[in-house]
Amino acid sequence: MTDQIIAVTVLGDDRPGIVADVTGALVGLHGNLEDSTMTLLRGHFAMVLLVRTAVSLESVEAALLPLSANGSLVINARVLGDSALSEVGGPSYSLRVHGADRPGIVAAITGVVARNGANIVDLGTRLGDGLYVLIAELQLPSEESATGLAAELQETAEELGVDVHLSPVDDDLL
Amino acid sequence: MTTGTITWAMPELPRGAVRAVVRAPDPVLSTPGEEVDPTGSAAIELAADLLATQLVSPGCVGLAAQQVGVAARMFSIDVSGHAKTRTCHGAFVLCNAEVLSATRKESGREGCMSVPDFTGDLVRARRLVVRGQLPLTGEWVEISTDGFEAVALQHEIDHTVGLLFLDRVSGPHGIHPRRTYL
Repeated sequence: MTDQIIAVTVLGDDRPGIVADVTGALVGLHGNLEDSTMTLLRGHFAMVLLVRTAVSLESVEAALLPLSANGSLVINARVLGDSALSEVGGPSYSLRVHGADRPGIVAAITGVVARNGANIVDLGTRLGDGLYVLIAELQLPSEESATGLAAELQETAEELGVDVHLSPVDDDLL
Repeated sequence: MTTGTITWAMPELPRGAVRAVVRAPDPVLSTPGEEVDPTGSAAIELAADLLATQLVSPGCVGLAAQQVGVAARMFSIDVSGHAKTRTCHGAFVLCNAEVLSATRKESGREGCMSVPDFTGDLVRARRLVVRGQLPLTGEWVEISTDGFEAVALQHEIDHTVGLLFLDRVSGPHGIHPRRTYL
C-alpha cells in the first residue's frame, strides 16, 4: 500500500500526557507526523494531527484503541485525500472581534468573510465572563477587496454590538 | 527614509563571490559563531562574499555567515529601498556584533532565506543600538537605528549566535506557511 494521510482527532478530558500517549502509539506504525494542532477548549483537550503512513486505517485505529478504552478520550481516524492548496491567493489579513456574548456572532462575521470571497486560514474564539473574543487570519482574494470587506464587517459588527478590526499582515523576508 | 548619524564609512572590500545559501535543518544554522578577526584575510573574503551573495538574492536584506555555511559572528545588511525602512545605513558588514539596547518592542511576521517554507510571528525591538566591528579596518562602531533596519539587525545577530526566528516565535499558532503573494 502506498503512503496515505490519516487524520486523527482526539477529544476529551485533559490530563498531562495525552499528546505523548497518542504520538507514542503512532510511532509503532512507522508513520510520520505532519501538521498538527492542539489546544484546550474550556478545559477540554482537543487535537487534530495528520499522519503519513503506509499502514491501513484499521491499523491506526487499532493502535489508538487502548487510549479511548476508559472513555476519557474520543479518538477518530479517517483517510484524507490530497490537500487542495491555497485556493485564495491574495494578501493575509488579521481579524479581531470582541464584544458582549450573544448567539450568532461567529456565524454573522464569518458569513461576511465568506460572501467577500476571503478564506479563513486560522481561527480561535474564547468566551470569558460575558465577553466574546474572535481572532482569525484571512486570505483575501485581492488587496482591493479589503475595503469592501472592512466596510461590511463594520456594518455587521454594529448590528451585533461588537468591535471589529481588520488589519493587513505583512511578511518581511530577512 | 532618514540616514542615521554616521561617523563611519563601510570600507571598500574586494569583489566578493556568490556562495550557496544553506537551509534549515543544516546544523551550521544552530551553531553559535566564533569571534572573528575582522582584519584577517578570511574575514575580509567572507565579508565581501556575504555582500555579493545578498546582492544577487531577490528580496534579501541581510545575510549571516551561518547562512553560507560558516559559523562566524559576521553578517551583511542592506535595507535600502525597502518599503518599511526608516533609518538606513546602506550596505554594510558587521563583525562580532552585539545588542546594546533594544526598546519599543512590536510584533511582526518575518521569514528567512534559510527557512523557505515558513514565516513566524515574533516580537522585535523597533529601536536598537548595536556595536560591532567593520571588516578590513576592525574599527568598532555603534549603530543606532529603528524600524525595519532594527528588525533586520536583530534577525542577523540572532543568526550569528545560532538562533533562527523559529526559536523566538510567539506561541504555537505563530508559524505559518510561507505565502508567495507579493
